[in-house]
Amino acid sequence: MSGTFLGMPALPAYGHGNLNATEPFPKAAHRELGNAQLRANLGHATHTIRDKRLKVVAELPDWEDMRDSGSAIKNATMAQLPALLEQFEANFTARGGTIHWARDAQEANEIVTSLVRATGETEVVKVKSMATQEIGLNEYLEDQGIAAFETDLAELIVQLDHDKPSHILVPAIHKNRSQIREIFLREMEDVDPALTDEPARLAEAARRHLRKKFLTAKVAVSGANFGLADTGTLTVVESEGNGRMCLTLPDTLITVMGIEKLLPSWSDLEVFMQLLPRSSTGERMNPYTSLWTGVTPGDGPQNVHLVLLDNGRTAALADEMGRTALNCIRCSACMNVCPVYERTGGHAYGSTYPGPIGAILSPLMTGIKSEKNNSLPYASSLCGACFDACPVKINIPEILVHLRGEDVDSRRATIKVPTQMDLMMKGAEWAFSDGAHLGLLEKGLPLGRLAAGRDKVIKKLPGLAGKWTRSRDLPAPPGQSFRQWWARDHKAPDGVVPGTGTTNGTGTGSPTESEGGQA
Amino acid sequence: MSAREDILNRIGAALRDAPAVPDIPRNYRRVSAMTAEQRLEQLVDRLVDYKASVFVVPAAEAAGKLAELLAGTASVVVPHGLPQEWLSALPPAGTDDAGSPAVAVDSPQRRLTVAELDAVDAVVTAAAVAVSETGTIMLDGSPSQGRRIISLVPDRHVCVLRAADIVEVLPEAVARLEATAPQTWISGPSATSDIELERVEGVHGPRTLDVLILQ
Ligand code: SF4
Repeated sequence: MSGTFLGMPALPAYGHGNLNATEPFPKAAHRELGNAQLRANLGHATHTIRDKRLKVVAELPDWEDMRDSGSAIKNATMAQLPALLEQFEANFTARGGTIHWARDAQEANEIVTSLVRATGETEVVKVKSMATQEIGLNEYLEDQGIAAFETDLAELIVQLDHDKPSHILVPAIHKNRSQIREIFLREMEDVDPALTDEPARLAEAARRHLRKKFLTAKVAVSGANFGLADTGTLTVVESEGNGRMCLTLPDTLITVMGIEKLLPSWSDLEVFMQLLPRSSTGERMNPYTSLWTGVTPGDGPQNVHLVLLDNGRTAALADEMGRTALNCIRCSACMNVCPVYERTGGHAYGSTYPGPIGAILSPLMTGIKSEKNNSLPYASSLCGACFDACPVKINIPEILVHLRGEDVDSRRATIKVPTQMDLMMKGAEWAFSDGAHLGLLEKGLPLGRLAAGRDKVIKKLPGLAGKWTRSRDLPAPPGQSFRQWWARDHKAPDGVVPGTGTTNGTGTGSPTESEGGQA
Repeated sequence: MSAREDILNRIGAALRDAPAVPDIPRNYRRVSAMTAEQRLEQLVDRLVDYKASVFVVPAAEAAGKLAELLAGTASVVVPHGLPQEWLSALPPAGTDDAGSPAVAVDSPQRRLTVAELDAVDAVVTAAAVAVSETGTIMLDGSPSQGRRIISLVPDRHVCVLRAADIVEVLPEAVARLEATAPQTWISGPSATSDIELERVEGVHGPRTLDVLILQ
């Protein structure tokens, strides 16, 4: 993310809004892990969706071919982004739509507000959209005296409870049915007091609550899953029909879409509408998909707007190692397979974008130094499950490692005195630079066993290394090193093992054979 | 500088390394390997899985089957381009005998209001194409399918599909559809899994989906 360009903006334009972790991930995760209900709900949700996904993916003989196509189409999109945006704009505009460009969250919020004001309305209905969550649109509109009603069931639950979504696909996964019933009874004016906590009854309560809103709404705000450059078509993928309501009934439709959501051509949709539903909800196809191109006379909204949002996307694009994070189609498959996310939940990541993709996308969009986002690239065990699950093959682990490097570099630039880590690394440099040095150190192994005591477990290391033992025990070091064992067991022809400086002894067995087990 | 110029400049700067535009492999299936019967069977299987009701009849019996499906329904709306013969077994509107429905026609000359549509019990439309592998029916707003609103507000959608319009894989359907037409792709009745991941059919869209396939 370094580098200056001549005659061009000297610094990446970072994004703002709900993209930041406000406390370090380890701290937030520690708190969230204490929430047993959340952990149980999340474990159930991630495993259920994961299993469904595997089943429907296994059905297709050409799944990997589709992933290859999807990945290539997205890379091609990013490589030609300016031309595709202009092509999309020309097509959408030719059919009566209006395009607005927003550099950041503030500008996008202002544009949407002025478009709503121009209609004279003070209420809007909303379809679930991550882009509008990212820019904090609902809060902004509220400050401006405009009420925004979320219409997706989960978003409605979260909004009524004045809470934040915890999963991008099932935002209210942290609440169970009885909690949802309580929220409805407390917050819905015209609710039946005899409401039970049966999901079907709760869904019906939501239908009744929103129906009048839909039928009288004049303005809707949506996001978009895909924008097709060669036709100027927009797409919204959903399940409940609230999207269709918002996209069809009001006079005015305002869509907010990140600039990276384009696909070059209409026929590319045939790839992505196979990849997305199967990766996301584990369905062969989602119940409803709506497509519109500007204005259709006599059918649907006649006043149609699209806000194209940057808000840090160009900063992510400028990072050659990290730019593929923009290929994300927000399916949430990476979250559902992530061992870290499964335990901490979405709230621990702070940003609108949680899980493995959030851990790279958020710092790429805000810059690694923004608030506590530098802790996010460490919220991973680098197990690689996210990469395997990703329908567009984003190599998330590789980008995580790259961003960790960025973080270390950015900190090194501000710290002059050598840190403990620097000293340890210097020590390691010395130890590994010469076999004799290492041999000398290995003689200290029995000391470590002494420190571990009878239970062969080290519970507390000093200094910086203490961070490791704060949440883990360390098994006692082995009585001999691999090199010592090798030297004993594999006699070199001349009886001397290079590097150790010792003659071969009569060792038996492997070095681990007699060691204490893992705590 | 306008926001537009600014953003396009930022992108230009971000792509200073001029990344290559990769060739796009398209080795996935783009045409059906199934017979018409297999496609029909697969589509029925998928739709039933989505909790839709499916009826397969010879084309000549379309009107009779529709009259049967709509018996006991007080009112239906149809788009002006729905084939006339499909409704020929219904007694003319207003006669109101044997529980046959009042039929309202939505046309460019006479567009039903939201309130009128909300008072109607069912809608009957045709379909543009259907994908058997995913159980998806596509509406494209042509005269036999009507405006998007008429297949959305009534609580029951009866969709009539010609068996010849069933393809197997999505790419075949995408090739048939006009991109710029206002489209709705429907895979079962509306549903939610937002409460403890328990699937509930029927939220805001039509809670009942009946599919009548004509052979
Ligand atoms: S990174 Fe890949 S797996 Fe994760 S949400 Fe995005 S597209 Fe889905």
